[in-house]
Amino acid sequence: MTNSVTEIRRGLKQGKFSSVEITQDYLARIAQHNPALNCFISVTDEIALEQARTADAALASGEAAPLTGVPLAHKDLFCTDGVKTTCASQILDNFIAPYDATIIENFKRDGAVMLGKTNMDEFAMGSSNENSSYGNVANPWNTDYVPGGSSGGSAAAVAAGLTPAATGTDTGGSIRQPAALCGVTGIKPTYGRVSRYGMIAYGSSLDQGGPFARSAEDCALLLQTMSGFDRRDSTSAEQAAPDYSAALGQGIKGLKIGLPKEYFAEGLDARVAGVIETAIDELAKLGAKIVDVSLPNTGLSIPTYYVIAMAECSSNLSRFDGVRFGHRCQDPVDLEDLYKRSRGEGFGAEVKRRIMIGTYALSAGYYDAYYLKAQQLRRMIKQDFQQAFGDVDLILGPTTPETAFKIGAKTDDPVSMYLQDIYTISLNLAGLPGMSLPVGFSDGLPVGMQLIGNYFDEAGLLNAAHSYQQVSDWHLQVPEAFR
Amino acid sequence: MTLKPEDIRNIAHLARLHIDDADIEQYAADLSSILDLVDQMNQVDSSGVAPLSNPLDATQRLRDDEVTESNQRDKFQSIAPDVEQGLYRVPKVIE
Repeated sequence: MTNSVTEIRRGLKQGKFSSVEITQDYLARIAQHNPALNCFISVTDEIALEQARTADAALASGEAAPLTGVPLAHKDLFCTDGVKTTCASQILDNFIAPYDATIIENFKRDGAVMLGKTNMDEFAMGSSNENSSYGNVANPWNTDYVPGGSSGGSAAAVAAGLTPAATGTDTGGSIRQPAALCGVTGIKPTYGRVSRYGMIAYGSSLDQGGPFARSAEDCALLLQTMSGFDRRDSTSAEQAAPDYSAALGQGIKGLKIGLPKEYFAEGLDARVAGVIETAIDELAKLGAKIVDVSLPNTGLSIPTYYVIAMAECSSNLSRFDGVRFGHRCQDPVDLEDLYKRSRGEGFGAEVKRRIMIGTYALSAGYYDAYYLKAQQLRRMIKQDFQQAFGDVDLILGPTTPETAFKIGAKTDDPVSMYLQDIYTISLNLAGLPGMSLPVGFSDGLPVGMQLIGNYFDEAGLLNAAHSYQQVSDWHLQVPEAFR
Repeated sequence: MTLKPEDIRNIAHLARLHIDDADIEQYAADLSSILDLVDQMNQVDSSGVAPLSNPLDATQRLRDDEVTESNQRDKFQSIAPDVEQGLYRVPKVIE
């Protein structure tokens, strides 16, 4: 069985297998391996098989859309009409979404088959998937280790071959970091490129949806379906997406790639640094010109991010009030009791911490010191990138400071968990696109390399990653237990 | 920055979050360490820098004032915890 979206499309068109057959294969793999990995919160077998039958009919009549019959999985924070959408939270444990997110509509339009909804950190708040109220996800490369987060279920499912591709969201690294830790390819587009409509909000000025797959070539196909202006998202970019697949294969000869010295400084694991340096040499061999750049405010990105993200989350999550949908406490004595206990029972500890920090930062007398200050630093961080992009086409560095850590290793110290996001978080503050691709291993665990592009240059990122994947096979590695 | 138990109770009230008394100390410690991290922002002078709220500096797009949504009350209320005659029920607010 193949795990490549590109090959699945070809096989379906050539009639080598049907969508029902390949969908059944993946559902069987999920049934076999999900108990050990816990990648899925919901498996939607019946919907998948019905969509697959429709896809086979479309293929037979020659009416195939770009992804007709291709199975994939969605992070459980995209609303799916008629299907439970939990955000891995007890407050939404009974929530059957009454409408589809725009990207879900797009995948339906383009013929994709939904295998299920993937596990995640509750409300996308976390870097290890240990904050899910449905249990943690295990890393397929070593099940004692975390898969990263927050889109850990999607990344692990792709790594273990339980789905050829999956969707995720990235507010501070939640696509790129789990992609790195699980050895798969993932891209966070420019802010505004992919509609946020129906994507349950965490930090609205930071959130972006994007795909996970085995290769840049496959990511290009999924991103094509996900991208585009949407009037229902008030910050959707009014820009047509280019043909991402057509942009692949241009090579990277003469491409100027900047290495930010701050990304190779103290805090980076020496073995990870070694793997990244080998990958840089490969890119140089392909004709890329490697130069040094500086992003001097990198160190400020974590405190700045956490103020902005927590402030925005405290506002966004006020909608979960136990009145219109979601969990309601038993026998509330009055309205305040209803709000407080419904929310107190429904949210997990990390979500409560973030809501409280955000509430504090926005409260009377503290706004200037926290939120306004963070927004000023946000501009300075953006300006660092703009200056660097005056000189280079792409920026490159490690995706994470270390490989996957053991389950439980950082759960007692929220701040040490936040430091995992040091190289990914600034892109969300600046709104820039970035992707992670596997470039090797350290002690049997995957190492991810991050490529950062200028605004709306997803095509440039995908082309560079594809060029590397044409001369390497790290992206084709599958953990032994899941071959 | 050190938050005291009464600060946590006040913040939790503002956020309409019930926190068990047994957990207050732990939240005080966790939130204080997060605020210590956040205080690193003060290492940099940012006076005069314009705040950035939308990463692309975009302004809010307006749409024509037209009806574009159909009434889906029954569908939306089918997932509500407690409804009666098309209304959401909550505990009595006015005595």
